[in-house]
Amino acid sequence: MLAKPRFRFLPMPYHSILLFVTWLLLNNTLAPGHLVLGAFLALGIPLLTSGLSKPQPALHKPFKTMRYAMMVLGDIVTANIEVAIQVVGPLKNLNPAFVAVPLDIEGELPITLLASTVSLTPGTVSAEVSACHKVLYVHALTHTSEDEIIRKIKERYEAPLMEIFSC
Amino acid sequence: MSFLLELIVSIFLLIGGVFILVGSIGLMRLPDFFMRLHAPTKATTLGMGGLLIASMLLFSVREPGISVHELLITLFLFITAPVSAHMMAKTALHQKMKMIERTEGQALAARARKQQAAHLEADK
Amino acid sequence: MLAWTVILVSIMVTIALILNLWRLFAGPDLPDRILALDTMYINSIALIILLGLWLSSTLYFEAALLIAMLGFVSTAALCKYLLRGDIIE
Repeated sequence: MLAKPRFRFLPMPYHSILLFVTWLLLNNTLAPGHLVLGAFLALGIPLLTSGLSKPQPALHKPFKTMRYAMMVLGDIVTANIEVAIQVVGPLKNLNPAFVAVPLDIEGELPITLLASTVSLTPGTVSAEVSACHKVLYVHALTHTSEDEIIRKIKERYEAPLMEIFSC
Repeated sequence: MSFLLELIVSIFLLIGGVFILVGSIGLMRLPDFFMRLHAPTKATTLGMGGLLIASMLLFSVREPGISVHELLITLFLFITAPVSAHMMAKTALHQKMKMIERTEGQALAARARKQQAAHLEADK
Repeated sequence: MLAWTVILVSIMVTIALILNLWRLFAGPDLPDRILALDTMYINSIALIILLGLWLSSTLYFEAALLIAMLGFVSTAALCKYLLRGDIIE
């Protein structure tokens, strides 16, 4: 999620913001002392650890990312209600399937995000990514047709992610 | 303490509790491992979200200042739940866990397992 | 009213924990047991949060966070062990 290091003393700007916010949340405060300490940690830790990080594709469209996160959050809620009803209802109606979804998206971070989204949303869990990073194996709790699962994942989740990372 | 606040907090608590219970019921009664994986990873995560929102609301109103540090647990769970689900599914594939017979695409699972085995072997 | 709700939800979570325990003992294979343990740690976080609500104390937050982190790491370690036969290579 981070771009190439642009400033020497701020090698990972997104991580610095994340660390700062996490520190304030952890202490549940906005006291000046904690602001200073948080800023110190947010600047110091990336300086020490930036050598460990691999280059990742840059995030091009922050607003699209926010919208994607909101959409996924909405889907999580509906997914849970669906799954809850299916789990408590009669088991004979469940029609599990194991599906291979061909991936067009590239890079470790985008594939990880896609797999996590698939795991959190309606009736599907990602089970395995093939070694060549071309196929995502998905287990569905219930389904009508395999093509529909593939189409839904590709249209609803993969397309916006590809747009966000522009690959 | 206003009645309205208690009502809202109670509703969130009940939603959370119901989802956690449903997750565990699914864990108990679904027939094979891959199906069982669906219930706890999804339902329990949302259940925890409900409980933590309730806690956040209550402490924000009761204590001076707002209380948002429960968000940290929610975020952490939302990030880790799919990762651990993926790892468990991978392990189950590797262990040749049986799927119930009406599962479609079991040949695909066999193919995935073979690829995974080759990959693990190459890594060693 | 809130006190009653907290008690009710605690009972629900406890029943959930007992169901998980049953799966932990009965689960036919090792991945089933890992899944049961994974669900159990999340449910125990829920119980701790409820205890915090019951006692009106935010002190339990750190315990919940620690359990969340250690639980995830232990699930990952168990899965790695079954996948590779080694935790650290």
